[in-house]
Amino acid sequence: MSAAEALEPETILSVENITLSFGAVRAIRDVSFDIRKGEIRAIIGPNGAGKTSMLNVINGFYHPQEGRIMFRGAVRKQMKPHEAAAGGIARTFQNVALFRGMTTLDNIMTGRNLKMDKWRTSLIPAMFYYGPTQKEEIKHREYVERVIEFLEIEAIRKTPVGRLPYGLQKRVELGRALAAEPDLLLLDEPMAGMNLEEKEDMCRFVLDVNDEFGTTIALIEHDMGVVMDLSDRVVVLDHGEKIADGTPEDVKSNQNVIDAYLGVSH
Amino acid sequence: MEFLNLVLLDQIRDILEFPSFFFEVVFGGLMSGVMYSLVALGFVLIFKASGVFNFSQGVFALFAALTLVGLMTGTMPFSLEKSLPALPVWLAIAVTFGVMIVLAILVERIVLRPLVNQDQIIMFMSTIGLAFVLEGLGDTMWGSGVKALDVGIPSGNFMVGEIQIQVFDLWAAGIAAFLVVVLAVFFQKTRTGRALRAVADDHQAALSVGIPLRNIWVVVWSAAGLVALVAGIMWGSKSGVQFSLSLIALKALPVLILGGFTSVPGAIVGGLIIGVGEKVAEVYWGPLVNGAIENWFAYVVALVFLLFRPQGLFGDKIIERV
Repeated sequence: MSAAEALEPETILSVENITLSFGAVRAIRDVSFDIRKGEIRAIIGPNGAGKTSMLNVINGFYHPQEGRIMFRGAVRKQMKPHEAAAGGIARTFQNVALFRGMTTLDNIMTGRNLKMDKWRTSLIPAMFYYGPTQKEEIKHREYVERVIEFLEIEAIRKTPVGRLPYGLQKRVELGRALAAEPDLLLLDEPMAGMNLEEKEDMCRFVLDVNDEFGTTIALIEHDMGVVMDLSDRVVVLDHGEKIADGTPEDVKSNQNVIDAYLGVSH
Repeated sequence: MEFLNLVLLDQIRDILEFPSFFFEVVFGGLMSGVMYSLVALGFVLIFKASGVFNFSQGVFALFAALTLVGLMTGTMPFSLEKSLPALPVWLAIAVTFGVMIVLAILVERIVLRPLVNQDQIIMFMSTIGLAFVLEGLGDTMWGSGVKALDVGIPSGNFMVGEIQIQVFDLWAAGIAAFLVVVLAVFFQKTRTGRALRAVADDHQAALSVGIPLRNIWVVVWSAAGLVALVAGIMWGSKSGVQFSLSLIALKALPVLILGGFTSVPGAIVGGLIIGVGEKVAEVYWGPLVNGAIENWFAYVVALVFLLFRPQGLFGDKIIERV
């Protein structure tokens, strides 16, 4: 083993030769890439490139017809959503998917779902509430408060999320994902539809999450400036195929990528 | 003026003249209202968590009551002979609750799971089918005769001033109130409760935080089974365990329209309003049309509500940010 390989950071997840079709439509064609522990990995590409489908494969919503997924050393054909969640994968959605009727606090508390003790929160102790159930609630509420403080959303703690402006909803959704203390965080266009100020806030949060918690992040983003600033490595998809993979500088100067984004005359 | 006298002023004069009688009527209404609330609560639980209107909730109550009576008298299911040891009340109730949980698991496995992602109307139809299957099963297992149920809730009555109060009714109200508090805490403040509400809001997001849909459905149907058991005990002790018990489900419908399909407090208040309303209407306005107002009054109230406030008193008004 050479010195360079020894220094190579550990791979947390890799997808190998993934092909996903919906009927006759090929959403993803033979795509492979890996995500290393501790990095920010961007997935970019024009509309319809298969970026969100890729996240859905990683998180188990879609089951690819071909290929395999290696996660934490275990190789499998497909993920299941609860397996992914239990294995430490948390995510946000392109069109905010919060529990609209619930408050910010309750939404983020659901993120603790898998961390909470099953017995202490089951029906019988919960019927009495005071005692084990309440203790468990308080314990996890403390962590949730840290998340709320980190994201600077103290003021909207008790507001039903359906009433919040879009930018804040996205932040609450990030909070719910963070509450699960994930090892791998999947962000589907975390800055879409935001104004400049909100974008800058969100960038800061993403970098802080990566720095402070050491969370590995895979994100889909359209804003090239954001991608170049944030990410360690970038994978580029176009029409379901991988056309480039590398550092932001590599990708920026790659002719295939320029063609895909600007269009090429034939 | 004469017409006004006939339909309004006479009655008001009556009420003012004999207020204690009026209060007795109201009190009686409140008590049957508590019963309606209990049944409506079962509907709300399932509707909140899965968006399914469970038509079989009334039959659940009947089935629970039948099972309880069977266990207490030591009847062997299907053979209808007394060949088992009669269980003491508390044990019989515990075992019946167990049966209701098993029933919830079976419903999830056999009825709901194959219908995931289908239209709500299809889910609704399947619960109608479930109602008939369960009704038949109850009959075959425990016989179709009217059975008395006595779980030891004290009876008798006493007077407060000139108003007669049934001890049983007070117990019923107390038990119902306790059940509501327990369920409210469970839904608002616990992991499972939050998971239930999360599933009702967004399936995908719920899956992404690791909430298993199937378990949640079992929990909801078990909770509805518990409510059905309590409702079955109350109604059964009051008027015997018989087929008509399952028809209380039809009375819960106007209660839900009044209170809102998604609101626990709505089910309670709606039940009380319907209970009091129909008793007062029967006693004071019934004679005008030769009685029997009690049977349809609730539905008229529901119709009025559908016209002016379709989401009910406490129902969620859909707020959407554009």
